[in-house]
Amino acid sequence: MKEKLVLIGNGMAGVRTLEELLKVAPDLYDITVFGAEPYGNYNRIMLSPVLAGEKTIDEIMLNDEQWYIDNHITLHKGKEVINIDRSAQKVIASDGTKASYDRLLMATGSTPFIIPCPGHELEGVIGFRDIHDVDKMLEAAKQHQHAVVIGGGLLGLEAANGLMQQGMKVTVLHLMDTLMERQLDSVAGKMLRKSLEDRGLEILMQASTKEIKGQDHVQSVLLEDGREIPAELVVMAVGIRPNIALAEKVGIHCERGIVVNDTMQTFDPKVYAVGECVQHRGQVYGLVAPLFEMGKVCANHLAKMGIGRYEGSMTSTKLKVTGIDLFSAGDFTGGEDTEELVFQDASRGVYRKLVVQDNKLKGAVMYGDTIDGSWYFDLMRDATDISDFRENILFGQAHLGDSGHGDENRIAMMADSAEICGCNGVCKGDIVKAITDKKLFTLEDVRAHTKASSSCGSCTGLVESLLAHTVGGDYSVAPHLKPLCACTEHTHDEIRATIKEKELKSIRSVMDFMEWKTPDGCSKCRPALNYYVMCAWPDAGSDDGQSRFINERAHANIQKDATYSVIPRMWGGGTTPEELRAIADVAEKFNVKTVHVTGGQRIALYGLKKHELPVIWNDLNQAGMVSGHAYGKALRTVKTCVGKEWCRFGTQDSTQLGIELEKMTWGSWTPHKYKMAASGCPRNCAEATIKDFGVVCVDSGYELHVGGNGGIKVRATDFLCAVSTEEEVLEYAAAFMQVYREQAHYLERTAPWIERVGLAHVKEQIVDDADNRVALAERFHFSQKFAQDDPWQQRAQGAEKHEFEPLKQLNA
Amino acid sequence: MSENWIEIGTLSDIPRLGARVVESKQGDIAVFRTADDEVFALRDKCPHKGGPLSQGIVHGKRVACPLHDWKINLDSGLAVAPDEGCAAYYPVKLEGDAVFLSLTPNEGCPN
Ligand SMILES: Cc1cc2nc3c(=O)[nH]c(=O)nc-3n(C[C@H](O)[C@H](O)[C@H](O)COP(=O)(O)OP(=O)(O)OC[C@H]3O[C@@H](n4cnc5c(N)ncnc54)[C@H](O)[C@@H]3O)c2cc1C
Ligand code: SF4
Ligand code: FES
Repeated sequence: MKEKLVLIGNGMAGVRTLEELLKVAPDLYDITVFGAEPYGNYNRIMLSPVLAGEKTIDEIMLNDEQWYIDNHITLHKGKEVINIDRSAQKVIASDGTKASYDRLLMATGSTPFIIPCPGHELEGVIGFRDIHDVDKMLEAAKQHQHAVVIGGGLLGLEAANGLMQQGMKVTVLHLMDTLMERQLDSVAGKMLRKSLEDRGLEILMQASTKEIKGQDHVQSVLLEDGREIPAELVVMAVGIRPNIALAEKVGIHCERGIVVNDTMQTFDPKVYAVGECVQHRGQVYGLVAPLFEMGKVCANHLAKMGIGRYEGSMTSTKLKVTGIDLFSAGDFTGGEDTEELVFQDASRGVYRKLVVQDNKLKGAVMYGDTIDGSWYFDLMRDATDISDFRENILFGQAHLGDSGHGDENRIAMMADSAEICGCNGVCKGDIVKAITDKKLFTLEDVRAHTKASSSCGSCTGLVESLLAHTVGGDYSVAPHLKPLCACTEHTHDEIRATIKEKELKSIRSVMDFMEWKTPDGCSKCRPALNYYVMCAWPDAGSDDGQSRFINERAHANIQKDATYSVIPRMWGGGTTPEELRAIADVAEKFNVKTVHVTGGQRIALYGLKKHELPVIWNDLNQAGMVSGHAYGKALRTVKTCVGKEWCRFGTQDSTQLGIELEKMTWGSWTPHKYKMAASGCPRNCAEATIKDFGVVCVDSGYELHVGGNGGIKVRATDFLCAVSTEEEVLEYAAAFMQVYREQAHYLERTAPWIERVGLAHVKEQIVDDADNRVALAERFHFSQKFAQDDPWQQRAQGAEKHEFEPLKQLNA
Repeated sequence: MSENWIEIGTLSDIPRLGARVVESKQGDIAVFRTADDEVFALRDKCPHKGGPLSQGIVHGKRVACPLHDWKINLDSGLAVAPDEGCAAYYPVKLEGDAVFLSLTPNEGCPN
């Protein structure tokens, strides 16, 4: 017989936990849900748009009653649980319904705090928490004129805005002298106040409520200072309290909330709790993102998988009032040992404040233009060292040499038809529609449903902004909890460290040791693991061809029609008549449809059938040419200009330098494709400053540049250092490549990697620390011993034959 | 319906977590081998934009299409939700080490 799971609280956290559980262990439990509210499961954070008339209740249902039926879940809606018999393992609802459990999940949410001033129990005084409250407000708006909202925080302002949209005359009373003082500093608070007042709200600051007056029904609100404000509706939005009444009553340990450990268990190990009702590591949360993380961990333990811990979250806030852009996150008040960076443009109504400590971003407040919110949030979560772009950080990510998007990044102003994800052709409207229709909350969800941001990833920031914009509140998770993929709980960094520490030399041993959740991973983790193993153990690791993407398995680039392209290496972009002749012969012999010169100074042949590849390679090999690795997460090309030998400006032999760089690095595997360039003078004809590693020759020697990218999101390099000899160039090039190889996440190019870890971190290891640089370069050369074998030659001679031949040809 | 079994090779001809192609008049058929030596066959055409499924990464009972990473269930040909679509599924069986394929795809899958 199945075990029984009972959920108390049919809200956002509890049901999300069930959804996660059904994903991983659909048949483990007989599930029963008690909800005090008479509905299925709805999106509480969308009550504000419902109140403002921008959405209907139907549009905000997350799981209707059919969902419970489809998943064989017994739903007792409109039934409040009033007791739990923990020894008999039974819950009892107010109407006498009983249910026994093997495991119990409490997700009772919060209750609005009601100021116990005289008159608070009068008809017409309500909180803002559920559909019932919204119904009452909509009803009041039809019949009455005046509303007072007590509390100028997030919820109060959303309520006030909604009531105003419904035609009421609304006064907000706020005790403090700054609106939303928990999220905003005084400048941003003032700006917010002004724009709300411009819209027609009346806002009274430092207004302390003395009494609510009326006979049966509320009539006015009396302030301490004697002012009296007419009101037929009073909404209290002065805070929420974790709803722990039931837990306390049955002796489950509570402090401010129900106390849980990292696995979401209460002091009674049969009883789990998630959501706003819990207190975890001293923290209580009032936003959905942390609750969803809790839900995921809890589901994992309910499914008896026993892995996954909740370690707390960092949250950010947005106000869901259409037309007002506001964002805050982290600690934005600062203190003695912090610095503030402030940008203010009163006429445009734009304000930004960043709080910085030890060159790390600690908090941010933004008003008027919040496009960079998710970027700042990432910098905070990842504790990125910002010293290198500190002077520009206030102007946003668009100003970090990212000339690719620049000002168009204004997500809010973008038309619905604006394309967000170029790879998959997804436009803004599609994404917004999916987020609202399919009730998506996370980047992963959006990727799964729309494909946006699932290919090259360069639009991830935009998608995140859209998500924040559409959902409101915070949707992201703390980074140390971001696993490599759904097959594991572990992060890239944890996996890399474990591979080294535990000397894991095959994908299988990593999966076994780190308790993979799937039998053999997926198309995301296997290539990553294979790379990590081979990077850590170039000599002893076992390279698993089946875990490489087809391009690397077949040593050619797969194209849209399932044919392949082949690009032989041309050292430093140079070639000879013999090579050109050989390429031309091959092109003729195999009827190549397209011969094309690539952006990296190589010649590509397109439209080849897979079984032709080994023969073509053989011909090219005969003419002395090897694989250009144009298909690999590997060194691709070293682009050069003609330099001193021919050019009247050239200061050094950039061509020869490029050839030497390429001879040293060809064949190496890297987390993502890797490109280099060498220019003979600062005119920089080889475009070295948009390469992963670029050399610009100058009179006195060589300037080294790193972290450039010419792709969708253009990024100019950061200046690493200047050196005076070619030997040094080679040593730095090897050391830099090795740091990147050892430390970046798989599929992370140098540009985002450097933005994540900070240039300072890279310089420390290869410019400031000579011993370390030499050691890195040595490790690079060591691994090259095993990598510099021409894969084309091996296959032309018969290796991996089965890859290139059909299993059988049938005449039927 | 009676299946006409055709012997196409041995299990060891197909790499574990990999696939080989059988060429036929109806087009290429991809024959997959899972980690625990189960064998499946699908029309070698992804329901998305026709990517060659035989070239994808096999995991569990799924293959990830090499073109845009749709995941296709090997035992039904159905795309994994939220994607929708299906690649025709061909019956295969193992007799000892020998692999047999039937050229009669399952009904109801238009692709
Ligand atoms: C108007 C509004 C706007 C918001 N906007 C945002 C936002 O923009 N971004 C954001 O991140 N968060 C926002 N929030 C907060 C977010 O909605 C909550 O954090 C989230 O809903 C909490 O989930 P929960 O499951 O813990 O509680 P709830 O969703 O409140 O669910 C608890 C449920 O348990 C039921 N219950 C309680 N006791 C019992 C019992 N004894 N028996 C049976 N049932 C019981 C309650 O009736 C309730 O339905 C907003 C909240 C409100 C009210
Ligand atoms: S970069 Fe300088 S040396 Fe090289 S081709 Fe251009 S101008 Fe000449
Ligand atoms: S063709 Fe298979 S995923 Fe696009």
